[in-house]
Amino acid sequence: MAQHQPPLHFPERPADLEEDFERDLHTEHQILNMGPSHPATHGTVKFLIELDGENIVNLDIQVGYLHRGFEKECESGTWYQAIPYTDRLNYNSAILANIGYVMAVEKLLGIETTERCQWLRVMSGELSRVADHLTRCGAGCLELAAMTPFLYGIEARELTWDLLEMLCGARVTSNYVRIGGVKHDMPRDFPATAKDFIAKIRQLLVDFDDVITSNRIFVDRLKGTGIISKEDCLKYAVTGPILRSAGVPLDVRKTDPYLVYDQIDFDVPIGEVGDNYDRYLVCVEEMQQSLRIVEQCLAHLDKIGPGPVNIDDPRVRWPAKGKVFNRMEELIQQFKSVTEGPQVPAGEGYFAIESANGELGFYLVSDGGAVPVKVRCRPPSFVNLAPMGEMLKGAMLADLIPTFDFINMIGGECDR
Amino acid sequence: MGRDLMGRDLMEDFGSAALKRLIDDLPGAVTESHANLGDATAVVAAARVVDVMLHLRDELDFEMLMDVTAVDYLGRDPRFEVVYHLYSVAQNQRVRIKVGLADPGSQAMPEIPSVNDVYPSANWMEREVFDMYGIRFEGHPDLRRILLYEEFEGHPLRKDYPKERRQPLVGPRN
Repeated sequence: MAQHQPPLHFPERPADLEEDFERDLHTEHQILNMGPSHPATHGTVKFLIELDGENIVNLDIQVGYLHRGFEKECESGTWYQAIPYTDRLNYNSAILANIGYVMAVEKLLGIETTERCQWLRVMSGELSRVADHLTRCGAGCLELAAMTPFLYGIEARELTWDLLEMLCGARVTSNYVRIGGVKHDMPRDFPATAKDFIAKIRQLLVDFDDVITSNRIFVDRLKGTGIISKEDCLKYAVTGPILRSAGVPLDVRKTDPYLVYDQIDFDVPIGEVGDNYDRYLVCVEEMQQSLRIVEQCLAHLDKIGPGPVNIDDPRVRWPAKGKVFNRMEELIQQFKSVTEGPQVPAGEGYFAIESANGELGFYLVSDGGAVPVKVRCRPPSFVNLAPMGEMLKGAMLADLIPTFDFINMIGGECDR
Repeated sequence: MGRDLMGRDLMEDFGSAALKRLIDDLPGAVTESHANLGDATAVVAAARVVDVMLHLRDELDFEMLMDVTAVDYLGRDPRFEVVYHLYSVAQNQRVRIKVGLADPGSQAMPEIPSVNDVYPSANWMEREVFDMYGIRFEGHPDLRRILLYEEFEGHPLRKDYPKERRQPLVGPRN
């Protein structure tokens, strides 16, 4: 702020006091540092904000605080060893990243998984998507000082994580998907528990909706803030709920259906304006659609009955544990699988899935060996965060909080 | 055209029609092409990359530049490859553009024109490639490191950067 020296004796009172006051008040732009650790942002990111009063003139977003060399680590281990790293990309929906990476490897290997495995992958992936959207909407409320809906959201998220724990033994970093299959089939009591929990999650979503969706303060903070147009979304390659809230019904599950999404009945919600409120509504509706998908998966898994969840391909098959301990051939195969893993044919491939934040793509290059040459993750939160400065140009500083939240930048995925 | 490893007809794959038009419309720009595993891929010269991107955006409806990355093929010529993935919403097609870049030695950085003016999404992604591979994008408005810090020495995704290498400790900047 400029130092404004008060005049020693007051001049003649001007005809238009207001206008003169504006002219005399020499304001200067102010630089404000926000982050890297700030209570109103869930994620480690630093904003360098140039402010004119309370309005944002320029925004420099500095990311990378959670960079831990994901790609370098993947390029120095076997194809299998990269799977646990993908858990730690978006830790709200680890299974979706598992699926993205593993299906890219399967594309290079040219293998297709069993029917039961595909339905299990869809089901676990959609449960993760619900958990991710619950975090986004719940934490969004929390950062706008609404504690109650956050607790409803986290309670529902606990239920999805309990289901994932039944499925694979871990709540957050699940490491469930394998090249050519999944770790194991669901436990026998899973369908009944899942049906029970889905009903509970639906009820919590109703409570969540009742308490916040038409809350005056919440609506005022979200409506008309962080707007991005359809054209700008395409220019900045923004995908996921942000693009859909701007009115483009683009969803990889529909445009290029992978797994069994072409056999599943679900809708893609879109918004009109492309502001934070539309993003919130799109996410809430997507949770309902994901629960619908999970129910269809449960019904279908029940219909097709038990079957193999791993492909019987010698390149990626893991021998049965009982045989490993008693037979020579299986022991050798186990040893080779652990130390070397599959040899992936030379070539390059890009595979994209619809993650909770948008298009999550993996571009893999193999030279025919057991170690990848290149593992590139196309992170949706990194790409979606880039136009945030455009979204907020001229907006109030307080609008940064909900906008950043509904972009849902996940440090693990953005910074890799 | 033949069939790929999955047994699919290459011309029926998404992207291949766009690839064919690109080759026909800009003679000489595409030096090599393939559609292995269903991914339509064109290799273009560094000098033509902005032309090709403009043509893809304005004539062939590729509205989105989804991804920019690079690969270091140490010991091969050209050593680096910058890889662009594009997507057309209107036609639901994908195409991959690759540009080979020779290694100018340890004192200089390989250079390629920036496509930031054609696709603004390239801004951060090109910064990341600069950060990780030390490839300079000419005409980029703000070519700074993005994931690493200013004082970081070297470019970690290059194959000759050892994973165990330690970095000097730096103090606060201001």
